[in-house]
Amino acid sequence: MKFGVVFFPGANAADCFYVIDQLIGHPVSPIQPEERELDGFDCIVLPGGFSYGDYLRAGALAAATPVIEQIADFAEQGGLVLGIGNGFQILLNTGLLPGAMRKNESLRFRCHDVFLRVENSRTPFTNRYHQGEVIKYPIAHGEGNYYIDSEGLAQLEQNGQVVFRYCNEQGEVIPAANPDGSVRNIAGICNVKGNVLGLMPHPERCSEEILGNTQGLRLFLSVLDWWGIHTQEGVMTDE
Amino acid sequence: MSEQKPAWMEMGLSSEEYAKICDILGREPNYLETGLFAVLWSEHCSYKHSRPVLKNFPTEGKYVIQGPGENAGVVDIGDGQALVFKVESHNHPSAVEPYEGAATGVGGVARDIFTMGARPIAALNSLRFGSLEDPRVRHLFSGVVEGIGGYGNRLGTPVVGGDIFFHPSYQGNPLVNAMCVGLVDHKRIVRGLAAGPGNLVVAAGAKTGRDGIHGCTFASEEFSEETEAPDVQRGDPFLESLLIEACLELMEKGYVVGIQDMGAAGLTSSSAEMAGRAGTGIEIDVSLVPQRDEGMTPYEVMLSESQERMLLVIEPQHRQVVMDIFAKWGVEAAVVGRVTEDGIYRVLDGEIVVAEIPVKALTDSPVRYPEQREPEYYQRLRNWKPDDLPVPEDLNSVLLKLLSSPNIASKEWVYIQYDHQVMLNTIVGPGADAAVLRIKGTKKGIAMTTDGNPRYCYLDPSRGGAIAVAEAARNLSCVGAEPLALTDGLNFGNPEKPEIFWQIKQVVEGMSEACRSLEIPVVSGNVSLYNETKGEAIYPSPVVGMVGLLPDVKRCTTSAFKDSGDLVVLLGKFHPQLGASEYLAVIHGLEQGEVPEIDLAEEKQVQLCCRELIREGKIKSAHDCAEGGLAVAIAECCIPGQRGATINLPFAGREDALLFGEVQSCILVTCTPRELDSVLKTAEKAGVTAAVLGETGGRHLIIRDRAERALINQHIEEMEKVWRGSIASYF
Repeated sequence: MKFGVVFFPGANAADCFYVIDQLIGHPVSPIQPEERELDGFDCIVLPGGFSYGDYLRAGALAAATPVIEQIADFAEQGGLVLGIGNGFQILLNTGLLPGAMRKNESLRFRCHDVFLRVENSRTPFTNRYHQGEVIKYPIAHGEGNYYIDSEGLAQLEQNGQVVFRYCNEQGEVIPAANPDGSVRNIAGICNVKGNVLGLMPHPERCSEEILGNTQGLRLFLSVLDWWGIHTQEGVMTDE
Repeated sequence: MSEQKPAWMEMGLSSEEYAKICDILGREPNYLETGLFAVLWSEHCSYKHSRPVLKNFPTEGKYVIQGPGENAGVVDIGDGQALVFKVESHNHPSAVEPYEGAATGVGGVARDIFTMGARPIAALNSLRFGSLEDPRVRHLFSGVVEGIGGYGNRLGTPVVGGDIFFHPSYQGNPLVNAMCVGLVDHKRIVRGLAAGPGNLVVAAGAKTGRDGIHGCTFASEEFSEETEAPDVQRGDPFLESLLIEACLELMEKGYVVGIQDMGAAGLTSSSAEMAGRAGTGIEIDVSLVPQRDEGMTPYEVMLSESQERMLLVIEPQHRQVVMDIFAKWGVEAAVVGRVTEDGIYRVLDGEIVVAEIPVKALTDSPVRYPEQREPEYYQRLRNWKPDDLPVPEDLNSVLLKLLSSPNIASKEWVYIQYDHQVMLNTIVGPGADAAVLRIKGTKKGIAMTTDGNPRYCYLDPSRGGAIAVAEAARNLSCVGAEPLALTDGLNFGNPEKPEIFWQIKQVVEGMSEACRSLEIPVVSGNVSLYNETKGEAIYPSPVVGMVGLLPDVKRCTTSAFKDSGDLVVLLGKFHPQLGASEYLAVIHGLEQGEVPEIDLAEEKQVQLCCRELIREGKIKSAHDCAEGGLAVAIAECCIPGQRGATINLPFAGREDALLFGEVQSCILVTCTPRELDSVLKTAEKAGVTAAVLGETGGRHLIIRDRAERALINQHIEEMEKVWRGSIASYF
């Protein structure tokens, strides 16, 4: 099982790389945006930050790079794709995940802790959480106001594709707990198969005791667990 | 509008200066040469008014690797590592175009840091604005905050702290001082030297455009109805992030002889200063400089202040490999000149020599010794005594009013717009006494803060200057860090006015005295003068940016009360004064009286004691007693800790002075009842007064006087609401 982190210029790839390499101690390689060969990778992380300065629209320029052109095939073959923050925005731009991002309702960048309710703990990224568990992650974004039309929303909800929702400490999904105006307090979604996850909050920023919060670490550990179980049971879907 | 003046006068040179230039050259300078002198001899580049005063600062100490004179200061933090840091002002541009002005301020000071070979790891900002009641101030403030975030967030450098002060003297002339801190290995430190005749001069980064021409002479004038602002430069943080990576790679591989940011006065100052430091000559061919706009004159190319540009000196044999590395990072670069041995600053336009000046003449600008005079207000305001001041009936509402004063209220509305966590090092973020970062791969941590109380500096510049240094050090001590060194941002009015020059001298003298007593040298800094609008100067506004070291980052603390049943102990002698206080200004509308006294020897001991208590794990929280006095300080520990406290004041005096009077060298700490003896012993050993004030717990802050009368009885939620919501309520 091998991780890859895409190093888009302007993105904060080093943070995700550090968590996988130093905190989990699992094999991980940097992937350049020009890379077309993704064989050998099992989970690819699209990190947060401002790829290419995000000048056109968040994630738009990164979505046109060679590595991202290969991501659809990679995901199609069952590879895991994790998009955090800007990575989520890139996945929306490529169409691998449905919907779009708007500027935060406040029109201002926001960086602070939020509470999330885990809405689907059966994905490869969330199996270490309990269904309905309330966790605390930090956000840091100016364009995290998730939008999807009502038809798309119905499908998301029906398929269990909503993975995280902003909530208060008690787990109530209420407008006051919504930091950016996202439809139905959506903070993270996956594709129908569940192997592509995009979320705005930053698990890599709460994965270490010294930073005061380790709740994000379980997201990365979930991937390892899922992989372990998956290979043990020999049900690799696409190989 | 003004009449036609000679070019040199338009450019801000005095007639004496112009005569001296003619004398040096043995002829009249041409237009371009006049422009080169004008920018390099401007206050912004040459510190011609402030240089003799700045000599007062102690600049040496056991941790200093590089003091003033380079792009930034460098201090040792052990393990072969060093911190590189500097504060820089972007006041004038921010007043014209708040977003870009502030953004390019952040970008500019970050370049000063990576220029030294260091990777920027933290940014701080010290802001001074007029009253938020004024819609124009709100527009400027909001734009500046957005600009800092817009640049810092994209750069991927966490904005971890800073300080903000609101006062009407900044109504037309806000202050935006940006500080950046970088981390470097000793052996990788690079300096701004154009050494080695025959070496090549390379311009890298953005193309040169017509923006910001004469920005530094603009920054060296007062604002008036007639001031014509140059185009404010636009920042490109993405390009800067690429520049950082490219330059750090080049430096790591040893290809860089010298490097400098093209900041104020762009190509001119960077090339002249690099040659000046190395004692060489330099030749720049403007036709080789990549240009954004068509038909630019040599004058425009030389004086452009386009952002995200670096000037490097490399050896000729590395030309190709250097160009390849820049290309790899998508950064444009071109050889634009060479280092010479004749000590001449020569500008070519292709084959034609368009300027020829001895380097020394440009960099050794004449010094001005302005007159100084004690302002009329000084004795009058400081002699005020509070005897006739009525004590308010309702002290609870005074506390709420102070907690909602923007100078005291939470700055959360500001700092949640900054990414303060990126790079995964932030242990204590903005809103604390000082920010704390861990240094990955080591046990240690660093702390940093910016401070300065302009009201103190107006009423008593010398004491205000000393307090600025002492308070910054105290804030570092409150998180457990030993202060290492500071960078100074000196913001004042027009130095040609004797009263203003007096303020400058007094502030620097006060700061220097505190630096000596506390053994904290000055390693870098910035001077911003002429901060006036229609003849009205800002309050004297030194900004102290200080860094400190924690041997074990796990042993750091914050102000929040951690548990109920802990004891609240005050370290330091408590003799609060109403003079110069936020209470006097907010509640009584008065800014006068004596600034709180400071005994630097005692200050040093209190800080030492606090750090020792934190390192030994004896105390759970520590918070400096500052603006708003003791009651506000305790409230500031209750709110983040989400628990109240019951305090029985063992002091005598008028109630408002006890609660809201301001005092220096006092730190509020908490410990368990079991640790109390040990805490008191440590204090006694350090010669520090310590008084047990009360106990944490409950949902209320209750403060009683010696007669056990409750002066304050306030629910935390009520306090939190006004404290947290105040600044946000303006937007």
